[in-house]
Amino acid sequence: MTTLPEPKPGASEISARPLRILIAKPGLDGHDRGAKVIARALRDAGMEVIYTGLRQTPEMIAEAALQEDVDAVGLSILSGAHNVLLPRIAEALRERGLSDVPIFAGGIIPDEDVPALVQAGIAGVFGPGSPIADIIAFIRARTPARD
Amino acid sequence: MSLNLTRRDLARLITRIENGERGAQEALNALYPHTGRARVIGITGAPGSGKSTLVSEMARAWRLRSGLDQPQVAIVAVDPSSPFSGGAILGDRIRMRDLYGDSGIFIRSMASRGALGGIAAATADVVSALDAYGFEIVLIETVGAGQLEVDVARIAQTVIVVEAPGAGDEVQAVKAGILEIADVIAVNKADREGVAQTISALQSALDIAPANGHHGARAATELASDDGTGWRPPIVKVSALNREGIVELLAAVDTHRDYLVATGEGERRYQQRIESDIKARLRELLLQTAMRRITQIDYQAVLAAVGQRSLHPAEAALKLLDSLHL
Ligand SMILES: Nc1nc2c(ncn2[C@@H]2O[C@H](COP(=O)(O)OP(=O)(O)OP(=O)(O)O)[C@@H](O)[C@H]2O)c(=O)[nH]1
Ligand SMILES: [Mg+2]
Repeated sequence: MTTLPEPKPGASEISARPLRILIAKPGLDGHDRGAKVIARALRDAGMEVIYTGLRQTPEMIAEAALQEDVDAVGLSILSGAHNVLLPRIAEALRERGLSDVPIFAGGIIPDEDVPALVQAGIAGVFGPGSPIADIIAFIRARTPARD
Repeated sequence: MSLNLTRRDLARLITRIENGERGAQEALNALYPHTGRARVIGITGAPGSGKSTLVSEMARAWRLRSGLDQPQVAIVAVDPSSPFSGGAILGDRIRMRDLYGDSGIFIRSMASRGALGGIAAATADVVSALDAYGFEIVLIETVGAGQLEVDVARIAQTVIVVEAPGAGDEVQAVKAGILEIADVIAVNKADREGVAQTISALQSALDIAPANGHHGARAATELASDDGTGWRPPIVKVSALNREGIVELLAAVDTHRDYLVATGEGERRYQQRIESDIKARLRELLLQTAMRRITQIDYQAVLAAVGQRSLHPAEAALKLLDSLHL
């Protein structure tokens, strides 16, 4: 058994690295146009977007987030199953020790559902027509805290 | 596995290596004695030829073949970074959905981050980390490749070039010259029309290529020597979509491995790889050292002289070298 030297985090070292963001499409509906628009916007903002495509289960999303060591997870959901799926995704991330990875979601999510989702660990909920700039600002505000 | 790292630790280590963060080199130094066990296989070919789908099916087939929980397979999938924003969309996982749920498989997407050779500058070190972690097979998917994207041949023991039947008789790999690094050629999308034409175009391209071991990973290393043994890349028909021909493709990769072992060619390539790796790193260090020691006065002087065309850039470089009094 070999133990690796621990990284000694320095103030300057995290500045230049691109943020890595997972964009996934949970649920069974087959439209990923919204997810692709976000993926492209984040790329154009200088981020590395891992795009996993349609019909992702909570476990698939969490496992990809772990392997890809992402800084945030973004979910696009139109199926109406957000109240069930989003908390399960947050739970699957927690189970893998990824509770420090911020989760945001976009799609058709009624206002009255938002508080419960925030409670369940979805840090950012962006309804239809949310400016992409808001999502980018959300990611930037949430990510530098990670080591 | 020989390291007491969780998969999460591994994922974070890869990030540190990619970013050249502090501590990454120390970790790589510690890992290095544990490397050298993995079979490293490169998969390259034109955009959309089906590399990701094929990589996914190869990983699956390898896992099924033994029936044991072996070999552990890691996949490194490289996609290009945008030269404008520096960002990237890494979409290879879309085609690897079926691998989910197998804890013996680890997939990592990487952006090329400005490197032009079809992989990222850090890909070799990331492969080392996966090797040390205990993955027995590491599959590297390059960016959709054209003429210049041949660097995977510097890391992989076996390079698979993926070709798909196209419209007309154009063979992408031949056009791009990428066939030179092929150890095995996979004609994917064999469920489509035009496979026979594609295969015969590839055959005739191979006929006119030098046959004496100039193929494969070796063509891209600096010190290629002629041993006369020769390896003609086999052409394997596959349909990644229909899961056909995958077992035959793995068999061809095994045959190539046996060839590398039996002829000593694998060892020769390995020595060449080490040498060119050290040289590349030395070149980089020398340049950095020189740039630190050259004075601003000398530097600005030659810049101005070259700008006015009174000094050739080659002469300028010599002058700067002289100023170091090596
Ligand atoms: N008909 C057919 N289509 C295939 C086959 N293999 C892959 N495809 C399709 O070809 C398209 C591209 O496949 P990918 O695996 O993403 O190709 P790639 O070479 O990884 O693409 P890039 O990474 O973008 O260069 C997808 O629509 C696949 O479904 C095959 O054997 N037959
Ligand atoms: Mg691909």
